[in-house]
Amino acid sequence: MSLSLLLLVVLAIAAAGYVIGRRRAVSASGGDTRVLHSRPGYAGMSVFLFSAVPALLLIMVWLLAQPIIVDGRASALITDNDIPDGSSRGLVMSDVRRVADGLDLLVDSGQLDEDAVRTMRADLSDVRGRMGNVGVALGSSIRPSVFEAAKAYRSMNSVGRIGMSIVAIAVAGAGFAFALRRIEREFRARNVVEHFVKALLILCSLVAVLTTFGIIGSLVFETIHFFQMYPATEFFFGTVWSPRFGGGSDLGILPLVWGTFYISIVALLVAVPIGLLAAIYLSEYATKRVRAFAKPLIEVLAGIPTIVYGLFALITVGPLLRDYFAQPLGIGNSSSSVMTAGIVMGIMIIPFVSSLSDDIINAVPQSLRDGSLGLGATRSETIRQVVLPAALPGVVGAILLAASRAIGETMIVVLGAGAAAKLSLNPFEAMTTVTVKIVSQLTGDTEFASPETLVAFALGLTLFTVTLALNILALYIVRKYREQYE
Amino acid sequence: MTDATAPAAAPAPRPGHTAGSLLTLDKRTRARNAAEARFRLYGAIAVGIALVALVWLLISIMSGGLSAFRQTMITMPVYLPAEELDEAGNRNPAEMSRVTTLGYARVLDQALIALMAEQGIAIEGLSEDDASDIISQEAAAQLRNRVLANPDLVGTTVESEVLTNGRIDGYFKGRVTMASAELDSNVTPEQLRLADALRANGVLEKRINWAFLTMPDASDQRPEAAGLGVAILGSLYMMLVVLVLSVPIGVAASIYLEEFAPKNRFTDLIEVNIANLAAVPSIVFGILGLAIFINFAGLPQSAPVVGGLVLTLMTIPTIIIATRAALKAVPPSIRDAALGVGASKMQSVFHHVLPLAMPGILTGTIIGLAQALGETAPLLLIGMVAFVRNYPSAPPEGIFDPASALPVQVYNWTQRGDPAFVERASGAIIVLLVFLILMNAVAIILRRRFERRW
Repeated sequence: MSLSLLLLVVLAIAAAGYVIGRRRAVSASGGDTRVLHSRPGYAGMSVFLFSAVPALLLIMVWLLAQPIIVDGRASALITDNDIPDGSSRGLVMSDVRRVADGLDLLVDSGQLDEDAVRTMRADLSDVRGRMGNVGVALGSSIRPSVFEAAKAYRSMNSVGRIGMSIVAIAVAGAGFAFALRRIEREFRARNVVEHFVKALLILCSLVAVLTTFGIIGSLVFETIHFFQMYPATEFFFGTVWSPRFGGGSDLGILPLVWGTFYISIVALLVAVPIGLLAAIYLSEYATKRVRAFAKPLIEVLAGIPTIVYGLFALITVGPLLRDYFAQPLGIGNSSSSVMTAGIVMGIMIIPFVSSLSDDIINAVPQSLRDGSLGLGATRSETIRQVVLPAALPGVVGAILLAASRAIGETMIVVLGAGAAAKLSLNPFEAMTTVTVKIVSQLTGDTEFASPETLVAFALGLTLFTVTLALNILALYIVRKYREQYE
Repeated sequence: MTDATAPAAAPAPRPGHTAGSLLTLDKRTRARNAAEARFRLYGAIAVGIALVALVWLLISIMSGGLSAFRQTMITMPVYLPAEELDEAGNRNPAEMSRVTTLGYARVLDQALIALMAEQGIAIEGLSEDDASDIISQEAAAQLRNRVLANPDLVGTTVESEVLTNGRIDGYFKGRVTMASAELDSNVTPEQLRLADALRANGVLEKRINWAFLTMPDASDQRPEAAGLGVAILGSLYMMLVVLVLSVPIGVAASIYLEEFAPKNRFTDLIEVNIANLAAVPSIVFGILGLAIFINFAGLPQSAPVVGGLVLTLMTIPTIIIATRAALKAVPPSIRDAALGVGASKMQSVFHHVLPLAMPGILTGTIIGLAQALGETAPLLLIGMVAFVRNYPSAPPEGIFDPASALPVQVYNWTQRGDPAFVERASGAIIVLLVFLILMNAVAIILRRRFERRW
């Protein structure tokens, strides 16, 4: 039974539950629904919820759990002798999955039936050729044990699917019967429904917490794994980054941290003056019409996807800086450089600085301005000597938030900064960042066994910790500042 | 009138202040006024720089990408010889499919040479092989598909629009010049002259390129055939997943936190979590997706369902923040009135507060979806960069099929060697921006039309 059909069946049971439950409540009332505690719709609703929700939750959990269990069992059928030299269990298991998919395709296209699959043997029939017919390319001929594991994998999966359908429908039916039997004249259906809905609401608000746990859990778990293979001191204090997929890599984080730091500084040097002055101009000087026109346009900069900025850096800013600055000055001839990424990233974070600063400047009480102007200060003197000092903590918070954006930004640096990890001061040289290396270490074939891939998790954990600290600090400062004037 | 002598008793002017007319400014006032004007100018310049950056960004993308929507094609009659394309002579597609694209390429070559002869085009130093190389390799595959779909065409002459290869296309878009063709091993100046001659005869022209929006990606050697079909479908599927999951979860979570949650440590924990999740770098969500959804739960790589789940987790905080603001904006009098006539708390929320907050929630949802649509980094980690040429099947099963996504396709194309792919990447960005503008426009209209100020 396909997944969508199963979902439809469960929903159909629940819908029927609503109708039947409602009717039962009406008949329990003896025709006068005023004697019921709740309106009959609530009785129907209670049956609907009790039939649908547990079954749907069960399907969700089952879908997550089944691949793990099936993988484990199929993996147990493969002994260490079956794993060729230079390969790993993971690669053999992906072969198993591919063969199982191929068998499915063969059965679907009518070239084999289930009995034939059961009696088929890898050492007797041309499995590879037949798989090729349905578009499943296999690298080498299949070992019998792999083929047996694939068959087991396939049958366990189909058993699991059927099992899921049966159990889910049974759960839906049980919920249906349970809720329906409770309906009688005295049944407080509305309270039951409301408690049920409230429980669902709480469940949904837990998703945010679960996500955080998921992030921290996966990062920490794999990072510990990484530090078992690679010494932590060399990771944190190493000055050379040169991963080699044969082993013997140097995985020092310092060049990456330096690149990240350097690019973020350039970005902030671009964004902070422009953003802050723009915010001051728009909140203190601009006429209403200019403000209504310019403010949304600046905020458009924040809505443009980062890949657009990345392409902008790659095809416009990078070549421009190379041809008109770096090459004439003789200090570099690469179009991807710290400057390229920094300037473009600066443009991207202008709106983060400007709109937050704008809010904060507007929050400074008018009485402070009036006092200063009344003493004869000009507007710029008022701004520089009264408004800005009063707004300073908030502005610092805004800059910290912008900095955390800059550190975590990925696409601009992937396309604009280059991939060479080095410790250099020349801003026209290509450098790389933590985020770029996470992408390059984790894209493509990901076998979670070598330090070269696992290092990405340690990098991710570092990034997560730093940005989290910056955010918490920034939010703390902004909040504290807001309280000051409220 | 003794007061008239008062000036004599006036205090001596402070140093730096010359007692003079109020109408002529002294030096210090002039300096202060100049500083004022300067400061104001700095502000205006800063706003100007931000706006110029925006315009520069858009113009750079537009000028690079608009040409991707037009493609150079040759319109010519192609004779489909039965003896080559259907040896058995029974017009059976299964047997005809034995003829590979190479066979069809020969057919196209002959058609081009016949066309040149008919129009009297002869280019000095251009062999027949080189002449036919101006046709894209993809053109043969397209012709083959057309013939296999309609075997009766064999033996007739069909009017065909044939793609030229990427270099010829680049010549008419200014990427390739006679001088650069001298140095390029993939194209010769003679071929460009042939293209010029064909263009003069009106056979070769730039046409609107719908295939860019509908066809799948193509390999490194055929930028002229690369399209966004699979990427647009993949992005659409992901948005469906995000919409179906993030809206109910986000709205439910905000209702709980805003209307029901008691103020205690547990709800504080949830609130802090949501605030922080909104600021976690997107790449970290990619790592989460790779570790949990792909490695732990065993979902397939490159599938829209995984991308959708990751983007859902990223979108939920945005939706929660927008929904809570919308719920907060509904005045307490509405709740009080509902409770006053005997509604339960749940009824007051679901029957009165939520409908009134709906426009705000919808606006927030659309903006969250627009953010998710443009997100690239997490998708790179979950394998959406894979080269996918098959369209995913219809949802719900299709969300488990491999697909690409719009922003990832842009990244993918920037990593290829041929400069024609840069044009494609800019074109893809234009498509992406058009979607984003549409979504934001809907959000603005909804806000204007339905927002209520209390």
